[in-house]
Amino acid sequence: MTKTAVYTLLVCVLMGLSAYAAFYVAPTEVTMGLVQRIFYLHAPSGMTSLAAFLVSFVGSVMYLLTRKPRWDWLAVSSAEVGVAFCTVVLLTGPIWAHPAWGVWWAWDARLTSTLVLWLLYVAFLILRTMMEDDDRRAVVSAFFGVFAFLDVPLVYGSIWWWRTQHPQPVVFTSAGLDPTMRKVFYLSWLSLLCLMALLIRQRYELEASREELRMLEQELEAR
Amino acid sequence: MNQRVGDSAGIKFSRVEKKFGRLYALRRLDLEVSPGECVALTGRNGSGKTTLLRIATRLTRPTRGEVTFPGAPPGTMPAVGYVSHALMLYEELTALENLLLFARLLQVSHPSERAAQLLEAANLASRADSLVRTFSRGMKQRLAIARALVQEPSILLLDEPGTGLDTESAARLVSTVRQLRDEGRTIVMSVHGESELSSLATRAARLDAGALIADTRLGATFQAVFAAGDIS
Amino acid sequence: MKLLSDTAVLLQKELRAEFRSHELLTTASIFILIVIVLFSFTFDPTTAESKQFGPGLLWLAFLFSASLMLQPSFLKEKTNDTLSALRLAVGDPFAIFLAKLCANTIFLLVTELILLLVFGVFFNIAVMPVFWKLAFVFFLGSLGVSTTGTALSAVSSQARMREVLLPILLLPLLVPVLIPSAEATRALFEPDHALRWDWLGILIAFDVVFLTALWLFGEYLLEE
Repeated sequence: MTKTAVYTLLVCVLMGLSAYAAFYVAPTEVTMGLVQRIFYLHAPSGMTSLAAFLVSFVGSVMYLLTRKPRWDWLAVSSAEVGVAFCTVVLLTGPIWAHPAWGVWWAWDARLTSTLVLWLLYVAFLILRTMMEDDDRRAVVSAFFGVFAFLDVPLVYGSIWWWRTQHPQPVVFTSAGLDPTMRKVFYLSWLSLLCLMALLIRQRYELEASREELRMLEQELEAR
Repeated sequence: MNQRVGDSAGIKFSRVEKKFGRLYALRRLDLEVSPGECVALTGRNGSGKTTLLRIATRLTRPTRGEVTFPGAPPGTMPAVGYVSHALMLYEELTALENLLLFARLLQVSHPSERAAQLLEAANLASRADSLVRTFSRGMKQRLAIARALVQEPSILLLDEPGTGLDTESAARLVSTVRQLRDEGRTIVMSVHGESELSSLATRAARLDAGALIADTRLGATFQAVFAAGDIS
Repeated sequence: MKLLSDTAVLLQKELRAEFRSHELLTTASIFILIVIVLFSFTFDPTTAESKQFGPGLLWLAFLFSASLMLQPSFLKEKTNDTLSALRLAVGDPFAIFLAKLCANTIFLLVTELILLLVFGVFFNIAVMPVFWKLAFVFFLGSLGVSTTGTALSAVSSQARMREVLLPILLLPLLVPVLIPSAEATRALFEPDHALRWDWLGILIAFDVVFLTALWLFGEYLLEE
């Protein structure tokens, strides 16, 4: 078996385990009931998307400093994967919010910040489709990638502060999480992080094959 | 403006390669221009003339290879005057303001005097306070050359200076370039079949698809290079 | 210092060109006015609540106009390739950004203060007693908008669909400017006219972070 196959299998097992744990091991939450179990997908996805954006930021900075195309591949791969996890957060948020509090969208600080992040990184991906020249696209989008990531703490800070200024439903408090719940939560997060690494790696390989194809085409033209 | 330019520098391209995306603009090009030479660059559109000139100005960074300036004091970049096809002038400023802006940025010792002197030489003194927007192509071209001369560069790069000029302006351009050449400046200009301008060159180089395909020094023979170019 | 003298020379050029034509100032002012008038039809501007959402509306109008008005900042340097001439002439390319963002801050601030007076009349809010405090809040907000907006106009000028692209890139990035600016402006219309340093702190942090980032990475945007 190839390395990729082994790793994929490992991720599948981890995902299966954490799904089982979320449904059967973790105790049912008293006030919110069964729907609260989506929390084991919702919250770790948010943290995983942040991790992916951090990787993208590192890729962008390293590209600007070294000009090695592989850093650009890393930046775009992890930005795409980060947007995917962000989307999961934005979809599971309302699914959880509606039965629990009767509204689809509660303008909760974390969820709203995630929405802004999603918009920022979708803008990053749109920018990349609007440029033809590979080198210029890499430089310009790396620059925007740096700006986008620097904006993250400011977005969180301002939205957090904004929500505390206005009356809001109590959506989520992390204080006093049941020990079993906490363990399941960390297991889910670990499995999602492994999934993230796998996806980024596959997406990166795709960019590498594209480059290889480009090289071969060029050689063919030169003949 | 008739004094000879001191410590002239040449330009040396060493295995210069430039890719835009997957397209090669220049392929491993070697070319050494000696101080005081006047080189006419020919070649079809898209053959890499503009890229070569922009790499010499250091505006464009080559993908591989390097550009050096033999004759310039080590570790310094000689003053390079560049006139691009787009002329690089602010239409919403006056002729004088354009020259003053660059004289100040380039830290010329007496900006106002220098600007007035250049306007005089370009025969634009009477229009010094007119907006560049109102100028004809010939006047803009003269102002663009004046702008490139602000800091008395020893190297002058002209990108298709003859394009879009009427007969009178073209004749004036030829005499300006002749004067600049006789002052001892190193000149590289891309030309597009203008025989008069080409006849000023002491050397002709022809580019095709980013590679140097002909390189000839001196009078009689270079006409042959132009002729060969027209056939291909 | 060469950076500062270059910036001063370039700033003078930007201001001279703009104050000669007034193109940007006129169109930006009229655009903001249109947005304020149109927004006012969507709710009742005579009610007491208008004090609550008025400042947010005002800032939204500022951001929309900035996302359109900052577009030419680098684009107009491309028409005659004057950007290349500048790059050959300045010591540090950051001077080009610094001059443009100073000029844009001044343009934004001038239009904002003009429109503030119109806003005060329309919404029956006394702006004159807190004018200088408002000007301070507007300055911090506008500096953030023009720092990121100027940089991103250099980004969008190199891409296709640039007119739509700049707002798409810029507006989500400006969430940490919109919220504090609107909240700080709102607080100044309260009876005690307090300057809210918690919000201003976020604005200052935004300005410092992005000015530093532009200083570190801006030159890469200009190369070819």
